[in-house]
This record gives sequence, structure tokens and C-alpha cells, in this order.
Amino acid sequence: MAAHLSSGRVNLTALREAGRRELREFLDKCAGSKAIVWDEYLTGPFGLIAQYSLLKEHEVEKMFTLKPGRLPQADVKNVIFFVRPKLELMDIVTDNVLREDRGRSPQRDFHILFVPRRSLLCEQWLKEQGVLGSFIHREQYSLDLIPFDGDLLSMESESAFKECYLESDQTSLYHAAKGLMTLQALYGTIPQIFGKGECARHVANMMIRMKREFPGSQNSIFPVFDTLLLLDRNVDLLTPLATQLTYEGLIDEIYGIQNTSEDFFDNLTVEQEFMSGIDTDKVNNYIEDCIAQKHPLIKILRLVCLQSVCNSGLKQKVLDHYKREILQTYGYEHILTLNNLEKAGLLKPQTSGRNNYPTIRKTLRLWMDDVNEQNPNDISYVYSGYAPLSVRLAQLLARPGWRSIEEVLKMLPGPHFEERQQLPTGLQKKRQHGENRVTLVFFLGGVTYAEIAALRFLSQMEDGGTEYVIATTKLINGTSWIKSLMEKLEPAPF
Amino acid sequence: MSRARADEEEYWHSSKFRAFTFDDEDDELSQLKESKRAVNSLRDIVDDDDDDLERVSWSGEPVGSISWSIKETASSSTSSLEGQDSSLQRGSSSYAAFPKQVSSYSLSSLFKGRNKLPSFQSLSDALSDTGVKNYAPELRRPKAEYKDYSSDWSPKDTVRRMQRGKVCSLERFRSLQDKLVLLDEAVAGHDGNVITAVLIFLKRTLRREILFRELEVRQVALCHLIHFLKETGEQKLLLDLLRFLDKTEEVALSQYREHLNIQDVEKRREFLKGCIGLPFSAEDTSHIQDHYTLLERQIIIEANDRHLETAGQSEIFRKYPRKASILNMPLVTTLFYSCFYHYTEAEGTFSSPTNLKKTFKIPDKQYVLTALAARAKLRAWDDVDALFTTKNWLGYTKKKAPVGFHRVVEILQRNNAPVQVLQEYVRLVEDVETRLNLATKYKCHDVVIETYRDLKDRIQLTAYKCKVERGSAEEEKINSILNN
Repeated sequence: MAAHLSSGRVNLTALREAGRRELREFLDKCAGSKAIVWDEYLTGPFGLIAQYSLLKEHEVEKMFTLKPGRLPQADVKNVIFFVRPKLELMDIVTDNVLREDRGRSPQRDFHILFVPRRSLLCEQWLKEQGVLGSFIHREQYSLDLIPFDGDLLSMESESAFKECYLESDQTSLYHAAKGLMTLQALYGTIPQIFGKGECARHVANMMIRMKREFPGSQNSIFPVFDTLLLLDRNVDLLTPLATQLTYEGLIDEIYGIQNTSEDFFDNLTVEQEFMSGIDTDKVNNYIEDCIAQKHPLIKILRLVCLQSVCNSGLKQKVLDHYKREILQTYGYEHILTLNNLEKAGLLKPQTSGRNNYPTIRKTLRLWMDDVNEQNPNDISYVYSGYAPLSVRLAQLLARPGWRSIEEVLKMLPGPHFEERQQLPTGLQKKRQHGENRVTLVFFLGGVTYAEIAALRFLSQMEDGGTEYVIATTKLINGTSWIKSLMEKLEPAPF
Repeated sequence: MSRARADEEEYWHSSKFRAFTFDDEDDELSQLKESKRAVNSLRDIVDDDDDDLERVSWSGEPVGSISWSIKETASSSTSSLEGQDSSLQRGSSSYAAFPKQVSSYSLSSLFKGRNKLPSFQSLSDALSDTGVKNYAPELRRPKAEYKDYSSDWSPKDTVRRMQRGKVCSLERFRSLQDKLVLLDEAVAGHDGNVITAVLIFLKRTLRREILFRELEVRQVALCHLIHFLKETGEQKLLLDLLRFLDKTEEVALSQYREHLNIQDVEKRREFLKGCIGLPFSAEDTSHIQDHYTLLERQIIIEANDRHLETAGQSEIFRKYPRKASILNMPLVTTLFYSCFYHYTEAEGTFSSPTNLKKTFKIPDKQYVLTALAARAKLRAWDDVDALFTTKNWLGYTKKKAPVGFHRVVEILQRNNAPVQVLQEYVRLVEDVETRLNLATKYKCHDVVIETYRDLKDRIQLTAYKCKVERGSAEEEKINSILNN
């Protein structure tokens, strides 16, 4: 049943089993029949850890979604809330608890499980509403890195990018570090850590500090991973913006969008022009037409951001022009979103007067004219000729190493670094002849299916020398990613 | 439930398994199905008898997006400070314990892919060993563990205890010095929950000026507090803090954001007026100004039009009753509305299109396209004609457009313009190939014929004969051209 998790080079089944165990133990703590009230968002990630059958084995008889009002009827001894630590959800939980008929018999016991962490803020909130004492068991269920596939782990933290790059909030980085410590506990200390970006630096620092502070964590597992590569999303802002052209990426992109195929190809053409450096410094007619026809705002934002990134920022006049058209067509309140995009580096004025992108593109060979999608020999097939910058960096790290691209690395944001972690003697990995290295690539801020495909392509290459396992804060596509940066424009219902 | 299902579908479709692989041995479809069944089975159990309850989207976010807020972690790992914590033994069963020696299963073989692995039962058997330190960053502790009655922990130790999930009383830290050490320790530990706890305490027990001053030189704590204030909606304190830090633009934007919470249109208008003087960038200031002006206009137009509508005297409102209010609509939408309902009004009125164009400096291109769309919808072909007709100084008229005529054709066609009208504009499309494509597509026979004639393309012209009706004027036209 767990075949797909064990089919990769690294058996991620152990990780999932650890998660299941923790869940079982908590359920058993709330002895007797139970109903779970779900924060809807969590059903997806939980579905990857455990099936309903597991819950049923532990006397879960009913499941409800979290919503305001009175809880539904259910003849169970326990009611357990599975929630993220969000204040808005605490309001709903409070509502549920307060409306519970205390006169009914038998009375139901309340418990609350915070995923992935308890939150002082939330508990304080509950206390102020006078319901904190109603919960018998208040626990946390840590779901840091969820195994999605044999070579893919995700924290499913959608706001990580926004928190890190817009709000300088390092909380998700902390959880990334914690997740990595868990991985090392199960799969051995990773001897080499490489990184590029501010957030990468923070995570590495946290890992080193955590290791120092908990010396008991030294274990004697042969390291499965040779290398950890930490990459900031903002080192490569371009890749998520472009329309993915792998099968999976495409499904991911266009699901729910009503494009005509004509428009789709027009869109693609403009993207490819930008990525190959054509006319990135002028107002683009296609974009203007799309605004005039009031295409979905996210589509517009993706394109103007793509142009901005490929031009290392737009000329002030061009930027002002786009901004004005967008605000007049979609509403002035979008000034807030545009501001976020500028802060994230996606849609900004050109500051240095220099466009570094062509140099980066040439040096790293990001644009391959002779791409063959049927029989690809290079990772650029995933975008029909454009090789994801992030994956190129991983590729070059393996061979011949980053020394060869020092100059280009300096043009990309954030520091790059290398750290070594001491392995207990006797555990130095001796690689067999012909055995591949295993590198864990951690994308801080999100990863796209196209990048995953590209890394898998590298793993499969004969004489490639390295196999990749991918971890990330969130699986993203351009749309979901931009959406996470957009200002919420509806007022809170409470 | 449909919204949840749609969101579930969306979530599901965003978490697919393997992408392109060369050797596709595994049947991803069955793996996909299995996991999908899991998620779906959760759905089936969900009790849905309250369908008529309104589904509240609690934060305006679509389900499927998280905002991980401040978290707390309870670490079970020993630290040099608390090696003798007896509760560690109690809680040590949750994760697989790891042996000091390699067990009979070669561990490296356990981690190589594609081998058939023993089931997890035997894996845990293989790995379990008593008395070994486990490492699990999170562990649930008995409730009593969370109370802290001791009174002599140092700030550093207190932070350590809080990181382990113990609720500590911070009240005994009275001196500023102690409080700052507490804060610095919390920040160094990176645990958001602990940082928040300390900040809440400092917020309560420090004078505002001192708190602000100390945070100014502590970036991480500062960002944390800002985020926290935004989360809890403490707008006033947030703005004071931003002002203190001279983050003027952030103040402006933060304040402007509040307008979204004001439902009453008059109050919102007043509020926006107040935003104009805020320290936005020059560009943004003009946008805010426009926002205010627009809403002001919309309020006037709305009141007026509602009156007209109920009075029942105005033909346009009778024929095309309004589907929605114009309040809070974007500028271009307002322009469309104005071109629809108030096209002929003089520039002096607030509701006239020309007034809007002038006030908001709407570029010609946008104006013409919007007016075209509105008049085409009303099938006012004469108005459309007038939009593109200019008279030169000799009194000759000609047709001009700030956009390509193919765009004009597109809009006309979308509004089902009769062929005679459409034809006029297809004829004006500059690019020959486009012109032919459009003319053929929309059966503007005359244009096709004329174009082939001008291109002297007898073959195509002959071929086109089969596209026109037998004995029609078009057929005759073709014949007469071919025969000359």
C-alpha cells in the first residue's frame, strides 16, 4: 500500500509510519467513541498520512467539518477538533463549544489537536473567550514534512513565501529546520550542506544550533543523504511564473481555467519571448489587450511579473503604465497586491539600470534552442526550451561545483555557502563503485511540478551521478503562488 | 458542500504524483486512486445535514490555503540543562527509538529503493531498543507538565522551558534588563510561539516608547510584533509603531487597507478622503485620490439613477433594468455603465462618459473600446460609426481607430452585429491576411471578393464562388470581376 513511498532511493515510509503512530496514540488518549471536527484544509494532508480505516480502528465514528453554530448530533463520548492554529478558527471552535448543550446526556468531552503546532496565541484567545478549560486534551500533531511520493516531501505551508519575503517572519523556516532534524533522526546526519539565499542561510544556522543544543540527537544511522541543498525561492522567481509544459505541470496549471487554446498559445508565445529576452523593456501589446478584455487578474499579474523578472525590473514608465491600467480596470484596492509583489521582488522598478538576466541566462545556459521534447537530453524540456534556473544550480553543484559559477551566483540574491556536519566516526559513507550520491534539495518558498520533473530527469540520467529527493514548503504553480501574495480583499466575516 | 468539494478537487489536483519518468514501471494511477479514495472517504463521512447553513469563508481565503501562525513546539530532546527530566522516560515511546548498534538488518539495505522491505512492524522491531535516546522534536506531555511553579529560572532557562511547551510566568522579570535578555533569548531560539509570548508580556509591561525603541534595533522581534498586531487586528498600535519607525509608506498602505472593512458607502468615502494626505509614494497618491473621486462620483450617480429607475420615466432604464449597483466598481466598469446609460449627456454632468474620461485621464484606446462595447451591446450602430469617424479640415470624413480594427470587429461580432455593419469594419482591417480571415469567418462576402480582386488572385476568387449563394448578388460580383 505504501509502495510509492518506498520506491525511491530513500524509503519515506518510515516517515509516514512515525506520523501514523503519533496520531494513533493521541486518538487512544481520548478513550472511547469519538467524532472529529475537521479544519477542512487538513483533510488533504491527513489523507496522505492515514486513511479513514485507521481512524475507525481507533473508534472514530463520525467526522464533521468545522463551521460555526451548534455541533451536529452524534452519540459519541468525545469530540475532537483537528485545527490549524489560526485565530479565526478559534472563534468557530469557541462558537461550537459555547453552543453545546450542557444539559444533554451523556455529555461529550472536548479535545483539541493543533496541527502542526500548538499556539500560545490561540490558547490565550480561547482562554479569553472562557472556553480553554473545556478541553481535556490539548495537544499538537506535528506535520512538518509530509511524504507525497518516494522522492517528494512538502510542508504544505502556503504562506511560507509571503511570511519569509514580505514579512521577515522566520517561523516557517524554523519548521523547515525542525523537519530537517526529524529527517536526520530517521535517515542520518547529512554531512554536507550547501545553500543559496537569505532563508537558506537562516535554516542552516538553525539546524546547526539545534544540533548543538540537543547533543543527544547524535545517532548511528548511516547517512542516506550525502548533501542537502537549501534554495531560496527568490533565487529563481522566474520558474514559477512561466507556464509549465510537463504533463503534470500543465494539468496543475490549467485546471479550472477556461482558456481557449488560441489564447493559451498566444500567452505561451509572449512568455517565451520574455524568457528569451525579447522586448522586455516595453509595454507589451498582448498584455494590454488582455487587460482591456478583462482577463483574470492573476493571468495579468503573472505576465507582468514575468516581464519584470526577465528585465531585472521594469522601467519606471512601463511599470507605472501597467499599474495604472490594472488599477483602472480591476479596482484601486489592488494597490495593496501590487505593493506586495514589489516587496517580493516580482514586479518592481529597475534600480541599477542594468539588466543582469541575459548574462545569467547565457552563463547558465537557460535557454536551449534545440530542445527535443520527445527524447529530451536536457532539463529544458520542461518549459519547451527553458531550463529552470533552480535546477540548473543543483545540476552544476553536483558537477562541476559552484566554484565555476561564482560570478553568476553573486548576481543572484542572497549569500551562498557551504557547511559540513560532523559524522560520528565509523559512519563516514563509503560509496560503492557506480553508486549514486543522494542529494536532498529543499526549496524554501515553494517548488513547481516542472522543477520536480526536471530533477527526476537528472536522477534518471545514466552517469548522472546524483539522485535527488525534493523537499519544499509548498507545492506551487504560478497561479497559486501569486494568489498567496495577493491581498485578501473580502472583509472578515466575524 | 459543493464549494468544499471543488476546493478538495482543486487541492487534489495540485498534489499529483510522479511527473514524466522514463521507466514507468509503477502504476501511478492505482497509487493515485488509493490516496484519492482516502481523501474522498473522509468526505463521505462528513456529516452534511446542515446544508442550509451558510458556508462562511472565515478569512476570505479559499479553503486550501494556510497561514501558519505562531507555533509552539514541545521538544522531548534532552538538553544539558535538564538531563534529569523524568518526564522524558514517560513520553519516550512515541517515535521509533534508534539503536546504538546496527541491527541484523543492514540499515543501508533498508534505505535502498525498490527492494521489498519488511513491513513496518518488523522495521520497528528491528530498530527498537530500550534505553536509547530518542529524538523527536515534538512530544505530548501530561498536562501537569505545562504548569511551572518554580520561581527562580533565569531568563535563558525560562525561554528554554517555554520552548518545551511549559507555560511560564514571566511576571517576576521586572527589570528592563531582564526583559530584554528574555526577548533576545527568545529570538535566538527562533521559536515563534515563544517570541510571541515574550512580546505579549513586554507589550503589557513596558512603556510604549521604550518598547518601540528597543524593537527598533531588534529586527526579528520587530517583524514578529508587526505580524502579531496585524493578526490580532490591533490597528492603532500597529500604526503607532510604524510611524515611530518612520515606515511611512507602510503606515499609509496599512491604513488604506482598512477601507475594505467599511461597508457603509458614505463612511468609506469619508475614510478614503482621509487617506489622501497619507505618506504614499507620488504615484500611489494619485491612485488613492482617484479612488476617492471615483467613489464620490459613484455615490452621486447611484442615487440619481436609482431615482430615475423608480420614477419609470427613463426609457433606457425601463428597457435595461440595472442588474447591480455601480458602487465600488472599478473605473472601467463605471465608464462602461456610463456609456450604456448616460451616453448622450453633456460633459458637465457627473455621469457623462466624457466627464469620466476627462477627470480620470482615461486614454483614448481604453475609452473607445469601452464605448464601443457599450454601444454595440445596445445595437446602436450609428453611435459606433460616430466613434470612429473623424472629419478632416477639408470636411472629408474617414474612419480611424486608436486600436486595430480587428479588435473593433471582435467586439462587434461578440455582440452579434449584423453582417452589413460588421463588414464595414472588416473592410478597414489593415493587415490583409487578418482581413481575409475575419471576412471569411464572418461571411463578409463583399470584403472577401474585393480583397481578392485587389490582390488579383483569380484562383482564390473562383474558389470563393462556392461559398456564396447561387444567383446572389455576390456571385454576380465575382463573375463580373472574373470576366473583366
